[in-house]
Amino acid sequence: MQQATEAGSSPPARPLVALSDARMAFGAVRALDGVSLTIQPGECVGLIGHNGAGKSTAVNVINGGLTPTGGSVEYSLPDGGTGTGAAAARAAGIRSVFQELSLCPNLTVEETIRVPHHDLSGFGWRKTARKRISEALDRIFPGHGIETGATVGDLSLAERQMVEIAAGFAEGKMAVRLVILDEPTSSLDAAVARQLLAYVRTFCSAGGAVIFISHMLGEVFEVASRIDVMKDGKIIASRPASEFTQQSLIDAMGHVASTQAEAATRADAENRLGEEVLTTPEGLSARRGEIVGLAGLAGHGQAEALARFFMSRSAGMRHTKAPEVTFVAGDRGRDGVLPLWSILQNLTLTTLPSLLRNGLVDRSAEDGLGKDWKQKIGIRTDNMSNPILSLSGGNQQKVLFARSLASTAPIVVMDDPMRGVDVGTKQEAYDMIRREAEAGRTFLWYSTETDEIVQCDRAFVFRNGQISAELVGDDISEENILAASFEMHEEAS
Amino acid sequence: MSGRYRILLPILSLAVLLAAVFYLQPRAMSYFGLNLLFNLAVPIALATIAQMMIIMVNDIDLSIGTFVSFVACVTATFLNETPLLGAGILLLSIMVYAAMGALIHIRQLPAIVVTLGMSFVWAGLAVLLLPSPGGASPGWIRTLMTVKPPFVPMAVVACILIAAVTHLLIMRSATGTLLRAVGGNTQAVLRAGWSVTKLKAGAYALAGLFGVLAGMCLVGLTTSADANIALRYTLLSIAGVILGGGEFVGGRISPVGAVIGALTLSLAGSFLSFMRLSPDWQIGAQGAILILVLAVRLVFARNGNRWKEAKNG
Repeated sequence: MQQATEAGSSPPARPLVALSDARMAFGAVRALDGVSLTIQPGECVGLIGHNGAGKSTAVNVINGGLTPTGGSVEYSLPDGGTGTGAAAARAAGIRSVFQELSLCPNLTVEETIRVPHHDLSGFGWRKTARKRISEALDRIFPGHGIETGATVGDLSLAERQMVEIAAGFAEGKMAVRLVILDEPTSSLDAAVARQLLAYVRTFCSAGGAVIFISHMLGEVFEVASRIDVMKDGKIIASRPASEFTQQSLIDAMGHVASTQAEAATRADAENRLGEEVLTTPEGLSARRGEIVGLAGLAGHGQAEALARFFMSRSAGMRHTKAPEVTFVAGDRGRDGVLPLWSILQNLTLTTLPSLLRNGLVDRSAEDGLGKDWKQKIGIRTDNMSNPILSLSGGNQQKVLFARSLASTAPIVVMDDPMRGVDVGTKQEAYDMIRREAEAGRTFLWYSTETDEIVQCDRAFVFRNGQISAELVGDDISEENILAASFEMHEEAS
Repeated sequence: MSGRYRILLPILSLAVLLAAVFYLQPRAMSYFGLNLLFNLAVPIALATIAQMMIIMVNDIDLSIGTFVSFVACVTATFLNETPLLGAGILLLSIMVYAAMGALIHIRQLPAIVVTLGMSFVWAGLAVLLLPSPGGASPGWIRTLMTVKPPFVPMAVVACILIAAVTHLLIMRSATGTLLRAVGGNTQAVLRAGWSVTKLKAGAYALAGLFGVLAGMCLVGLTTSADANIALRYTLLSIAGVILGGGEFVGGRISPVGAVIGALTLSLAGSFLSFMRLSPDWQIGAQGAILILVLAVRLVFARNGNRWKEAKNG
C-alpha cells in the first residue's frame, strides 16, 4: 500500500471510511449481511461479485445514500474529526459515479456540475463550474473534444460517461478523497478506458482512494491494489490484488451449486427437443420444447434481446387468437400487473380474443378458464374476482404465468420472472415450466440467478449486449457462466 | 432538437404572424398600433412564465387561469382600498403555491389533480370577492401600465423586460440551474443531497409570484376585475410554453421562448380579427396554429435525431 501523501491526513493509517458490521435489509431481503471494510488513502479497491451480491447496496451505504439498518459507517473528515451520514460523506470528499447515468440531460456540461457541487452559487459560478469540469476532463481524458457549453442530452453515451467521471474527479470546495466508480468503462471504447485507468493510478498514487467496480477483470487487476469479493451480502475474500488470479477470482465468486436434480431432466433432452423454432440476429436460437436461458450480469442486453425478439414476433395492429409468442414480465409493477383489475381479468388478458362470443366477452368461459388455472397452478385466493393486489408477490407472478400459459403460443418469453418470489412458488414454477416444455413449448428465460440458468437445456451468456458464450447441457455451470460474464482477457491494445 | 436552435422556431412563427398582420393592416405598424396589438399580451406572458416554472419541474398547473382571476379580484378590491391587507393576501397566496408544490412532492400526488382542485378554490374565492364585475385598479398600477416610453411602446418594453429577467433567473443563475435539474433528473438532485421538496416549493412559489404579477398587470390594463376575467389563461399559458420550445417533461424550457409563445398566441387573436373572423372561431384557430407549429417542430426534431445518429453511430 502506498503511503498517504495528502496534506491534512497526518496520522498515516486513518481510514477515509470505515464500515463495521454494516447490515442493510429491504423487507425480508438482506442485501448487506455484516460488511466490514476500511478504505485507506492511496488505496484502489476492486469490488467484484455476481448479480445481487450486494455491490450496489455497499456502494450506496459507503457514499451515505442509504443508512444501514445495522452496524456503523464512519467517515474521517478533513478537519480531523469523524462523522456519519450523507452530509459527512460529502464533507469527507466522497464522490460516486454511478453505472446508470445520473446526469440531467437538459443541462449543459458546465451546468451539470452545479448539482453535486453545493458551493457553486452567486455571481461568476458559471465560470468556476466551467473551469472545474474542463480541467477535470483535460486531466483525465486528454483530447476529449467535449465543449462545456454543449447540452448533455446531445452528447453520445460515451461522452456522457466521460462527463460523469470527470464530474466525480473535479476539484470542488471539499477535496476529492474517495471516488466510487461503478462500471465506469461500460460505454467507453478501449482507448478512452485506458486513459481512465491511467488516471485512476495517478490519482491513487497521489493519495486519493478509488473503489472500482467492473465486470472486466483485466481492468480490475490493472488498477486495484486490493480486491474485495462480495457474495450474498458479505465480503468473502479481501486480499491484495497480487494474491488473486483471474481464475481464483471466478472461483471465489461462485459456489458449488447442486446440479444433480437437473441432470435428470436433461437426460431425456435429446428425444424431447424438436426442430429449431426461432433464431434472432444476435445469435439466439431455440428448438421446440427447449428451455433456453439468457445469463450474464444484469443489464448486459438480455432484457433488450428478449424485447426485440418479442416485438418482432408480436407487433401489429390485429388481435389474434393464436399469438406466436407470449411474455411473462419480471418487473410486475411496470409491465405485468394491471393493478386495478381483478385476478381473473389479469389472468385472461392474453386469451380474451378466444373468449369472445358475438364480440363480447363470454363471462362463463372466462370463469371456467380462471377456475381451471387457479387449480392448475394453485393461486391462493378464495375468489378470483378479488383485486390482483390482494395477492402476495409470488401469487401475482403465478397469475402472470397463467396469463401466458393459458394461450396457445408455442414460445414463451420470460424476463427474469422469479424476481422477488418466495422459494416455494419458485419450485412450483420450475415444475410448471418443465411440464410445459415437455408438452412442446419453447421457453426463452432471462434470469439473474445461476440456480435457474442451470436448469435450462441451453444457455446464452451475455456481455456488453452481445452473446459471449453458448453453453449446452452439462457445460451450464456456475463457473462457466461467471467466466463468460466477466471479461477475462485484457483487450488487445 | 439541439438547445441552441430551440429558440429559432418560436421567433420564426412570431415573425411570420407579425408580417401577416402588417400585411393585412399596415396601420398596425406604428407605436400606437403595436401597443394595441401587444397590450393584453403582457399579463398572458407573465402567466405563461408562471406555467413554465411548474412545467420546469415536470408538473402542470391547471389553476393558473383562476388564480390570475383571483389575484385580479384582490387587486381591484383589497389592494386598491387597503393596500397593506391586499399585499398580505397576495403574499399569502404565493405561500399557498409553495405549500402546494411541497405537498405534491412529499405525498407524490399528481400535480394535475391537485392544481385542478385548487382551481375551484381560487375560482370560489374570486366569486366571493367580486360576485359581479367591478372594483377599480390602484392608481400606481394603472400609471405603470399606461406609461409611454419613447420610441418603443410599453407592451414591447415590458415583454423584453420579462424575458430578460426570467432568462437570468432561470437559465443563468445557479439556483435556476438547480431548478431545471429537478426537471431533468430528480433522482440525481436528490442523490447529491438537495432537498427536492424545498426546490419544488421554490419553483411553485415563483409560479405564484408571476401569477400575482399577471393578475396585477391585467387589472392595470382593464381598470376593473371580474371573477372570470382570466379563465382562458390556463390553456393559453400551457400552449405558450410549448409553442416557445418547452417540453412537458425533462426540464427543457425557455423563458424567452415562453414570452414569444405568449406574444404569438395573443397576436393570433388579432390576426384573426383582422381577417374578420368571428371571435367564436378564435380559440379553434389558435389551436390550429399551435398544432401547425408543433408539427413543424416534430419534423425538425426527427431530422435532428437522424443527424445525431449519423454523428455518433
